[in-house]
Amino acid sequence: MPGASSTVAPRRPRRGGGPTPYVLVAPAVVLLVLFLLVPIGYTVWLSLRASRVTGGGLGLRVEQFVGLENYVGVLTDDGYLQGVLRMLGYGAIVVPTMLGLALLFALLLDTPRIRFGAASRIGIFLPYAVPGVIASLLWGFLYLPNVSPIRDAVTAVGLPAPDFLAPGSVLFSVANIGVWGGVGFNMIVLYTALRGIPREMYDAARIDGASEVQIALRVKIPLIAPALVMTGVFSIIATLQVFSEPATLQPLTDAIPSSWVPLMTIYRDAFVNNDIHTAAAASVVLALGTLVVSLGVLSFLQKRAFGRGQ
Amino acid sequence: MSLTDQRPATPPPAGVRARPGRRPKPTRTSIIPTALLLLGAAYCVAPVLWVAIAATKGPGELFTTFSFWPSLNGGFTYNIKHLLDFGDGVFLRWALNSLLYAGVGAVLSVIVSTLAGYALAKYRFAGREVLFGTILAGVLVPQITLAVPQYLLISKLGLVNSYWAVLLPSIISPYGIYLSRIYASAVVADEMLEAGRIDGAGEYRLAWSVGLPPMVPGMVTVLLLQFIAIWNNFLLPYIMISDSQRFPMTVGLFTMLNQGASQPALYSLVIMGVFLSILPLIALFLFLQRYWRLDLVSGGVKG
Repeated sequence: MPGASSTVAPRRPRRGGGPTPYVLVAPAVVLLVLFLLVPIGYTVWLSLRASRVTGGGLGLRVEQFVGLENYVGVLTDDGYLQGVLRMLGYGAIVVPTMLGLALLFALLLDTPRIRFGAASRIGIFLPYAVPGVIASLLWGFLYLPNVSPIRDAVTAVGLPAPDFLAPGSVLFSVANIGVWGGVGFNMIVLYTALRGIPREMYDAARIDGASEVQIALRVKIPLIAPALVMTGVFSIIATLQVFSEPATLQPLTDAIPSSWVPLMTIYRDAFVNNDIHTAAAASVVLALGTLVVSLGVLSFLQKRAFGRGQ
Repeated sequence: MSLTDQRPATPPPAGVRARPGRRPKPTRTSIIPTALLLLGAAYCVAPVLWVAIAATKGPGELFTTFSFWPSLNGGFTYNIKHLLDFGDGVFLRWALNSLLYAGVGAVLSVIVSTLAGYALAKYRFAGREVLFGTILAGVLVPQITLAVPQYLLISKLGLVNSYWAVLLPSIISPYGIYLSRIYASAVVADEMLEAGRIDGAGEYRLAWSVGLPPMVPGMVTVLLLQFIAIWNNFLLPYIMISDSQRFPMTVGLFTMLNQGASQPALYSLVIMGVFLSILPLIALFLFLQRYWRLDLVSGGVKG
């Protein structure tokens, strides 16, 4: 297998090249500075300030430096912390389920003698064409008591109607939307990786009498470990950004308060409560958390995956 | 012969050898894998199918008739007509806006990403490592956590509520630059560039005539990924735009559903809107899935 890390410097990059490389990267650098670095810096600056009412009767609002006070406020806010826990719970459901299903389907597609493979592949990939908000609208109707065909089907066989939008079940209902929307794309990525493996890699195993299941577990999965790492990291990042699914379901149920996940709290603080400083501190906490988690997962998985894969 | 034996139209990825010959001729269908796949497909397709069926129902029928049975009482045309009339035809406007944001944003994004990716892969210049490190960090920082400060910045520039407010932040895609760099490393041959330099070609000429052509498949992939990312984006336009004439489809349908909580008659229009908004993207996918190089995303292309 060739070197697994794709971030190694290319073999012989041309030193210099005069002003050319700078001209080529200039648009990207300008945009990166404007829409990545400046916003990050500005958020950090805002997070260290607060607007305070000063001076007796007039009550003038003055912005001032307050140090880490906003961070203390965020980290002791029960609503925010519950949102973080809920988000982690959501991730703990979505990421393994989605990637597990994606891997299963990819491996099944790659087994010999299956039928309707192309049709199944396109069917499972279909939800990727549906934006998260639209998917949530769609599932929202499938969950909604008066419209839901699932409830109709369940009551038709004499069971009590499930309530998908109750406080105890809504986390799973939202997670289901995430899994539904993500399984197809990850399946295609993993399937593409599987098809990149030369077939003769399996021949020795087949001659030794290995079953298709054994080949999948012992040969295929280790060989596509780099793709699994990539899909894993991007799935985790996507999970930590969950916003549109619960925000879309919110008008349909009382079980989703406006601090359901951290981004919803941030949105509420910034645009409903006009407390941009708390929102900034909460954004910094969330972004740092995401960075730490994804870097941690990346290095952990990479060590394991590439240790075993070669 | 099995349907899965279809090959993608694109050539096998660089660094990965094509499979020799066909698979052994299938003898017997494996029942369990086939059944599991069909089950998965049913789970994924059923909700879309339900929307197509629900779109045929008029406002009264949505809550009363059996869910998985289409209605033939003219509900479909009724819904289309009322959806298109809704808010003086604002639904079509949302569709065009989505197309504008995603189309223009993705094209500009590909240009920026390709230029940067090529330079990062093929030149060694001061600040290169810093730039690449920033891009990697940018891939890992959720863009969405930046949406609030980006809003403040855009409002300082006086661009809130304009098309630029959504377009400008959508152009920069750290992931797109990262993929372009990997792809440029893999497909643009240094020998060709050196040969061109010996012949006295300028750097820009080389980039255009030697660097660009082999990068096209990678560019198509980045274009599609970015088109979908912008098309699906909700939070950014939701924050930046308050004028319903400039909403993309996602934000438009979301606000319609919010009104529907007090006016259930709107639900059937929202369902029709959902149905109509999915159709073009599904068509685009079925048409384009052979052109993109997902081995780039799965790490199959080695830089």
